[in-house]
Amino acid sequence: MDSAALSTRPGDLAPDFATHTIATRALTKVYPGGVLAVDGLDLHVRRGEFFGLLGPNGAGKTTTVGMLTTRVVPTGGDMWVGGYDVRRQPVVVKRIIGVVTQFNTLDRRLTAWENLYYHGRYFGLSVGESRREADRVLELVQLSDKRRAMVDFLSGGMQQRLLIGRALAHNPEVLFLDEPTTGIDPQGRIALWGVLSRLHSEGLTILLTTHYMEEAEQLCERLAIMDHGKILASGSPAELKHMVDAATIITIQASNASGDFVTDLRGMPGVASVDVRADEIEVRAQTSRGMLPAIANAAMSREVELTDVNVQPPSLETVFIELTGRKLRE
Amino acid sequence: MTAEARTPSTSSLAISLITFRALMERDLKVLSREIIAFLARTAIQPFLFVFVFAYVQPKIGAGDPNFGDVLVPGLIASAVVLQGIQAVAIPLVTEFSQTKEIEDRVMAPLPVWGVAAEKLVFAMLQALIAAAAVVPFVYFVPLNRPDVEINPIVLITILPLGALLSASVGLLIGTTVSPRQIPLVFALLVVPLTFLGAVYYPWSDLEVIRWLQIATLANPLLYMSEGLRGGLTPEYGHMNYVAVYAGMVVGCTISTYLGVRGFVRRVQT
Repeated sequence: MDSAALSTRPGDLAPDFATHTIATRALTKVYPGGVLAVDGLDLHVRRGEFFGLLGPNGAGKTTTVGMLTTRVVPTGGDMWVGGYDVRRQPVVVKRIIGVVTQFNTLDRRLTAWENLYYHGRYFGLSVGESRREADRVLELVQLSDKRRAMVDFLSGGMQQRLLIGRALAHNPEVLFLDEPTTGIDPQGRIALWGVLSRLHSEGLTILLTTHYMEEAEQLCERLAIMDHGKILASGSPAELKHMVDAATIITIQASNASGDFVTDLRGMPGVASVDVRADEIEVRAQTSRGMLPAIANAAMSREVELTDVNVQPPSLETVFIELTGRKLRE
Repeated sequence: MTAEARTPSTSSLAISLITFRALMERDLKVLSREIIAFLARTAIQPFLFVFVFAYVQPKIGAGDPNFGDVLVPGLIASAVVLQGIQAVAIPLVTEFSQTKEIEDRVMAPLPVWGVAAEKLVFAMLQALIAAAAVVPFVYFVPLNRPDVEINPIVLITILPLGALLSASVGLLIGTTVSPRQIPLVFALLVVPLTFLGAVYYPWSDLEVIRWLQIATLANPLLYMSEGLRGGLTPEYGHMNYVAVYAGMVVGCTISTYLGVRGFVRRVQT
């Protein structure tokens, strides 16, 4: 579990940026009107780490990224990115980060190549450097043949790739991605995952927000599960899944499940819990070995007709339900 | 596990200046691509105006043969106002709403107010180009060559002040108005400002319509028209320079402050 709290004192001492590329302490945002979006957040992301903020819409993920990227002014707390105090040195912070927001913010009056070139210039690259970077990034996001195309003539997937490419065109130390795959097709999503994995393997620190647990599981080394502006749990995907006190989750659907059948299930060796719901029974067990025959036998002897039995290891979704009592995308 | 905050290798100011210059480069690139359309849009109305009222009308024996003299400062002033306002307001409204492009400009490494300042400076440049584009028409088209007497000190002070004034009004409009309201704002605000801004008559002649003379003191364009009248055609009489400069400085200060503040508030939540 991720229990290493920031051992910093109030004042000017910042967390060591070598280990804490992104750090927040009691970070809070209350929007006008009293909406508490982020509630005393303590977060830290190590250098070179691929970190995910997983949570439903409205959990406070975007507000958190907004504060870390200088766009949203916090109500309270401290935050550092790359060793700089974000509130005190927003300009310096902006220069070392790359940001991909949920919106398509490409410059519609420039071509694909010019979007990258001028972005490089904004971030202090020389004319020559910026040209080389624009060429390199266009290659990276596979848009070299579209260099002269105006943005509006690119497909949605191409624009998304260009957006991510642009965030990289000044070689940032940290990349922030806010729901980067929302609204793109599955193929595009997988292609994007490939690009992000490669960037991570090259040493880039990445903070990603998502409400797709597959995405979080596939990409992130460490995750924080967020809801109502708070971190409920954090750790590697494997660590988080260990929070569920079971190795296997068996979901049973039966037409006439009786109380006796449920009692039988509860009495089976290795069963940690049995949860009877409206249309299904969820059994959590330490192992899957021998469970299916035992369930089948119990059903037979109690004359219960099984319509579906599903055996799965715990997922991040299970963890989320356990923590919040509801599903991730409800 | 703690350390002193990291010290940046380049100061925020140096970073911001580099970014500011790069934003200007980008804007120049876009303008250079659209320069013909820009000039046509800028010059067509003033050209038609001098053509009809200072060439056709005198030729057919209607109107004042020296109306061209009045139009020289007036049309330059109205070009500055229209282009200065449009140069900021129209792109900004789109960037805020449909395209969300503003989010990208705001992520560039300079303070948020710096993004607004760049927009002002670039719009001032466009307003001054517009002024220059109008000059040949107002000078050469009228039937009687206008009697111009240039006061350079007045010109090099009034024109930039007027450009800033109109750009900052544009910033104010751009940050507060939605795209659907833009035509309405131009119809109800910008057009009356230009018609009643002493563009087509010297303000001093309004003595005979006292209420209008007083009411138009609230129009910031008035001060620029009158200032330019002093700097170009002083024989027609113009408002006292103290009033002209005071009006422009006050107008610039208020609208720049409100415009930049509105921009920062809109962008940063």
